Amino acid sequence: MARRVLILFAHPILERSRVNRRLLDGARDLAGVTIHDLYEEYPTFAVEPAREQALLAAHDVVVLQHPFYWYSAPALLKEWLDLVLQLGWAYGPGGTALRGKLMLNAITTGGSAEAYQPDGKNRFTLRELLTPFDQTAHLCGMTYLAPFVVHGALRLDDDGDVGPHVRAYRALLTALRDDTLDLAGAARAPTLRVEAGGRP
Amino acid sequence: MTDTVLFQAFVYLCAAVVCVPVAKRLGLGAVLGYLVAGVLVGPNVLGAIGGEGKHVMHFAEFGVVLMLFVVGLELQPSLLWRLRRSILGLGGLQVAATAAVIAGAALALGVPWRAAIAIGLIMAMSSTAIVLSTLAERGQLKTSGGQAAFAVLLFQDIAVIPILAVFPLLGVAEVTAGAEAGRPAWMTALLVIGAVAGVVAAGRFVVRPAFQFLATVRLRESFIAAALLIVVAIALLMEQVGLSPALGTFVAGVVLAESEYRHELEADIEPFKGLLLGLFFISVGAQIDFPLIARDPGTIAGIVVGAMALKLLVLWAAGRLFGLDRPARWLLAFALAQVGEFAFVLIKFGTDSKIFDGAVAAPLVAAVAISMMLTPLVFVALERWVLPAVTVDTSDARPQDAVAHDDAAVVLAGHGRFGQIVARLLRSAGFRCTVLDLDPEIVDVVRRLGSKVYYGDASRIDLLHAAGCARAKLFVVAIDDAEQATAIVKTVREHFPGLPIFARARDRIHYYELRKLGVAVARRELFGSAVELATEALRALGLRGHTAHRMARRWRSHEEHALEEMAAMWARDEARTNLFARLRQALEEAERIMRDEDPRVAAGADPGWDNEAARSSRRPDEAPVEPPPP
Repeated sequence: MARRVLILFAHPILERSRVNRRLLDGARDLAGVTIHDLYEEYPTFAVEPAREQALLAAHDVVVLQHPFYWYSAPALLKEWLDLVLQLGWAYGPGGTALRGKLMLNAITTGGSAEAYQPDGKNRFTLRELLTPFDQTAHLCGMTYLAPFVVHGALRLDDDGDVGPHVRAYRALLTALRDDTLDLAGAARAPTLRVEAGGRP
Repeated sequence: MTDTVLFQAFVYLCAAVVCVPVAKRLGLGAVLGYLVAGVLVGPNVLGAIGGEGKHVMHFAEFGVVLMLFVVGLELQPSLLWRLRRSILGLGGLQVAATAAVIAGAALALGVPWRAAIAIGLIMAMSSTAIVLSTLAERGQLKTSGGQAAFAVLLFQDIAVIPILAVFPLLGVAEVTAGAEAGRPAWMTALLVIGAVAGVVAAGRFVVRPAFQFLATVRLRESFIAAALLIVVAIALLMEQVGLSPALGTFVAGVVLAESEYRHELEADIEPFKGLLLGLFFISVGAQIDFPLIARDPGTIAGIVVGAMALKLLVLWAAGRLFGLDRPARWLLAFALAQVGEFAFVLIKFGTDSKIFDGAVAAPLVAAVAISMMLTPLVFVALERWVLPAVTVDTSDARPQDAVAHDDAAVVLAGHGRFGQIVARLLRSAGFRCTVLDLDPEIVDVVRRLGSKVYYGDASRIDLLHAAGCARAKLFVVAIDDAEQATAIVKTVREHFPGLPIFARARDRIHYYELRKLGVAVARRELFGSAVELATEALRALGLRGHTAHRMARRWRSHEEHALEEMAAMWARDEARTNLFARLRQALEEAERIMRDEDPRVAAGADPGWDNEAARSSRRPDEAPVEPPPP
């Protein structure tokens, strides 16, 4: 059975994006994948919880796609989490709406893969830095998967540089949709990469 | 010299110029000012005008005619049709019941039955001139109580015609009623119907093209002359067929109420109406026969108090019967308690018909004049004591728990398109506004919504006190007229220096002026919505939603800072050239800021998000500069 995929996209200044924009454009024509552009939908940050909850309920996989600002997400995505994941709906007594769904982050970083190591410039691995998202998913009964990461985004300049990442992102989304992913492995992995063939 | 027209004009104008502002200042209304002026210049005090008072009054009655024309102009036929029940039912009931009650009282006092009936009918009349101008001055004409009063007055005006026809039957002598002499009744009826139809047709098919033509000539005088001509011609026509001229011009006014020249006509007639009405009130004041009153003060006082009390009771009961709410009922009863100017005409006609003699007529005339003079005071009593009492009652009936905050936290002047939004937002947050407004229709709506509302000019000190400014936390000025808003701000600053004022500004200059006067927060009335529309326009032109919003926010904040800076310059009375220079500079700054803010242009003003800055500060061999973005 095909899974329905929701991309919650958060980028405050998409006009200057080089990687995220291309990743997003690459996902637009995928059937079964919904793109929800938060900064376009809520330019004043007035997130409507009921609408967002309905959207979540209609999907099985939640992909938080965003640049990895200050080891976290842009402000609107945080606001979105704060307002939408309500007690009694997403967690707590009676909060079972998200149970069994999948969640992951799809992020771009300025730093290289080596920078996100215990002995690297950023001192922590990405999985460590993403633990707030991991625990958020866990509290809501969702399975949290390893992140899809594009490192060194500032050095990627044109379609030639970004192309392989776009193809990898499409392959991941397709695998998530078609349920061809080894979920147990994907939950443990440091980061998520799916080759065009669909094998992790 | 005292006989010349110029001297008389001098006396009348002097009296008006001195007395009216004084009366207004004391919160008593212009009508009382005129009446007092009449007493002062009349034969009993200064004697500046003598026996010609009656002639002047006859001339001045034309002011009443003009007033009804203007009233008609403000009444659409649809509104009149809606009032039909009040006019026939309430009006008819008032005239019949008052006449019966007062006639009964007169009979009980030993007056012969014919004279008693005549006196009852005379006393049933109220003063169209005083009541309508007072209600208009206080902005109460279009409230439910005001409408009821108007309906009753209209019926009385109509009722004068059959009353004039009945009087000769009550009298011993044979007199003829005006121009109706020698015509059979059916012909009179036909003439009346024909005249009214003629007025309606002329209003539709003659006046409009005529005014269109006059408008092309662009001569203001000819327009004014034409407006006066309409009224004079109709008054003449009505007198010819034996109808009240006031009624005829009222019909003409209603017919023209829907024409595009309505406001023009109103503006042209207004000054004449005001002056002639003033003259009318002065002559009423001058006619009071003080020696007569001095001879028998008890009788006169008895007639005045008795008649007004009976009228008031009948009106109150009639209002109750017709389902008026409490404030409206009290307004109707107090407003129409006096005896009106038609009584003078009827008393004279009664004497002529020998229904009663001069010994009865003289005290009646004095009593009528005094009751008219008391009317402004009655209105003051109504406003100060009666209306607050009956209005407080209804607010007490409201469940206490529904209101979380102090009722009088905010006083809001103006409940139009702007003030309405302010009030609704505050009300949603649990803060009730006390509203002051000059538009009776708005006032009615607000009252129905359950808010405390006061009619009238928010620059009136007594009104500000009544609205609870002494206890309020905030005063909001939301009216559209900039000059009036400034006047209100000045008054509030002067009398309630501790009360913060939030004000709607018309434009930049008004904003500067308001800030200079000490207004805490001013907002230009169209600025916010224009910025919002422009933001949406930016989105439609292809900008991202958040980008458009952020740019607009940035632009707005710059704009508001610059405005505040210029307001400070204005307050220091700096030269206009400095202001203009600063304005030009602000415009240039805004353009530069927007260029910086535009993400489509390289190098941004939000370094936190700026990839370009991060890229350029990084040396090629170095690890990428970390956040943002890490």
